[in-house]
Amino acid sequence: MLRRTFLGLLGAAGASAALVKPTQAGNKHFGPHPDTHGVLFDATRCIGCRQCEQACNEVNELPAPDKPLDDLTVLDTERRTDEKTYTVVNKYQTALGPVFRKMQCNHCLEPACASACFVRAFKKQPNGAVTYDASVCVGCRYCMVACPFSIPAYEYDEPLTPRVRKCTMCYPRLMEGKLPGCVERCPKEALVFGKRDELIRIARERIAQYPDKYVDHVYGEHEMGGTSWMYLSGVPFTEIGMREDLGTASAPELTAGPLAAVPMVVGLWPVLLGGIYAVSKRNAKVANDERVKAVKDALKRAGEEAEKKLHEELGKAEQASQRRIEVEVKKAVEEALAPKEEDAGSNEEES
Amino acid sequence: MSVETTAVAKKSLFTPFNLIATVILIAGLVVTVMRFTGGLGAVTNLDQNNPWGIWIGFDLLCGVALAAGGYTTSAACYLFGLKKYHAGVRPAILTAFLGYALVVFALGYDVGRPWRLPYPIFVQQGTTSLLFEVGLCVMLYLTVLFIEFTPALFEWLGMRKIRNIVVKMTLALTILGVVLSTLHQSSLGALFTIAPSKLHPLWYSQYLPVFFFVSSICAGMSMVIFEGTLSHKPMHHLMDKEYLDNHDGLILGFGKAASLVLFGYFAIKLIGLAYDNNWHYLTTGFGAWYLVEMLGFVALPSFLYAVGVRDRNLTVIRWAAGLTVLGIVVNRFNISLVAFNYQLPAAQRYFPSWGEITISLFVVTLGVVVFRFISTRMPIFYEHPDYKGEH
Repeated sequence: MLRRTFLGLLGAAGASAALVKPTQAGNKHFGPHPDTHGVLFDATRCIGCRQCEQACNEVNELPAPDKPLDDLTVLDTERRTDEKTYTVVNKYQTALGPVFRKMQCNHCLEPACASACFVRAFKKQPNGAVTYDASVCVGCRYCMVACPFSIPAYEYDEPLTPRVRKCTMCYPRLMEGKLPGCVERCPKEALVFGKRDELIRIARERIAQYPDKYVDHVYGEHEMGGTSWMYLSGVPFTEIGMREDLGTASAPELTAGPLAAVPMVVGLWPVLLGGIYAVSKRNAKVANDERVKAVKDALKRAGEEAEKKLHEELGKAEQASQRRIEVEVKKAVEEALAPKEEDAGSNEEES
Repeated sequence: MSVETTAVAKKSLFTPFNLIATVILIAGLVVTVMRFTGGLGAVTNLDQNNPWGIWIGFDLLCGVALAAGGYTTSAACYLFGLKKYHAGVRPAILTAFLGYALVVFALGYDVGRPWRLPYPIFVQQGTTSLLFEVGLCVMLYLTVLFIEFTPALFEWLGMRKIRNIVVKMTLALTILGVVLSTLHQSSLGALFTIAPSKLHPLWYSQYLPVFFFVSSICAGMSMVIFEGTLSHKPMHHLMDKEYLDNHDGLILGFGKAASLVLFGYFAIKLIGLAYDNNWHYLTTGFGAWYLVEMLGFVALPSFLYAVGVRDRNLTVIRWAAGLTVLGIVVNRFNISLVAFNYQLPAAQRYFPSWGEITISLFVVTLGVVVFRFISTRMPIFYEHPDYKGEH
């Protein structure tokens, strides 16, 4: 019993230790590739003209939106990307007046969507784009749960062939040597396409050159393990709807611990459970043997005692009967002698 | 036995249960047609920010946790040598098997292209995904549960030879079942470890997989007690002496174990809170709700179980079991729905639609109907007369 408890505790301790220890074992990396590309967005240059949205809609042949793409009143309400829109520009009221911020897939270096997808529908391409393959997608939407930037969108109104929709960084255009649609169209050079390390250098130079104009932070350099799209801003990023509490751990790092525990459970559990089974079986056997032995012993003892008692009784009986015989003999002798004496007596009386 | 069963079935054709079940099943079929002609958007309140609703939060997360009675009971009986729980194994295995089958059935509504559900295993494996692990384990475990269930089926069909072969594999199947359950019960919690920015810190933890695994043990044992109580009245005529004699012992034993495991669960949840130093959140609104979950649905049932076992009071134990089952639902809802996306403005938060609720009710009703169908025909609550004492 004690042994069993101990084994159980040992197993539980081992399992919990294995489950929480973050480790790289059992996980794979998606990037970054040496010549990974990206885009640098400068919020201080964006004027909210929505030209990028229009270009995106055209080059990706997306359905026409409800309101025309040159209608700037849509900026009054905050929007997000959806199945018909790969990129949106939002307007934020800040201390420095209105600031515009473009939003689309950030093409993470270690994409949460790719890490979360159980059919590998998402792929981090060598040029930096994170692409999606609808031909294997099951439609579980775990990518949408996993994405820290809430970017992937889903065709909820498609009954049988729904797809996940998101910015592709214009992957097909990149392969033709062209720029992403939005970057090409931007009239204010708020968007710069290039090699990622080059973009970081440009961003740092701008901050160094105009320290009063920029917040000293390149958003996307380290967030969630780093992204291919990066951002510069003149106001704190939280004020333009960007979360600064995401941390620097990439999605694969976050799930590495639980994944690494899988082979340990597979390896240890059968041994542990087999051991518990063997111990409990052995306990049952020992208990059973002991019971059988106890019964046997009891029977034996009872038998011996009975025999002893019998023996004693017999002895006693023999003694008793002997004594009785003696008594009887004595009595008989006495009785036998008595008449003679009587006779003698009577003879005496008679005579 | 069979004459008696048919007589009972005929008598009870228009019972309130049957009428309500029929209404739910018809409504479910209507929503099914809507779902597969109009898409998820036509029947659910899911949107771009809230990709998972109650079909994942209830049908999958709660369904899997509440079907944990299968592995806990068979492990207690066959691995830990608690032979007196033997009579409880078959109902628990059947419940688990049906539970998992319905989880997969319900997933067919939720995923976009259900016929591709085998893709992650047979077409392209995303081994970096915890969902891959869940899928693989659930598929394998469903198979294991089916094999574990088949002796009852073969006894019913009178196939003695194959039944004996399956019975010989009991130990191996039980160990495999516990391994697979450990993995996917914990992985369901681990699914959320990828989204620390979306799940409220009081519920997010690196220990989520351990929390899910340990709470599934509580859920499994409580569900066996709860479900035994529910089926006691309608199935009483089918239960044999062994089942009825051991039933109270099983309730007491599981009640005692559940009290301890719940206490342990409370302790590790506290450790999780301390490890991430989240104490300051306790004074917020979410903190109050967290305390309700921890005190009302973990500490209270643990205490009630202990009192019930001490006083040998089965009624208190049954109430504790009901509370724990409800607590599991509360916990899984909190993680997948309430504390998920906690930073979104209230207007963008998710609330289930009638269509979603209908399908969830539909799935549960289907489970109860199939359970009744099988347990009134096959040797679930009684030993088959031809195989008495052969286990």
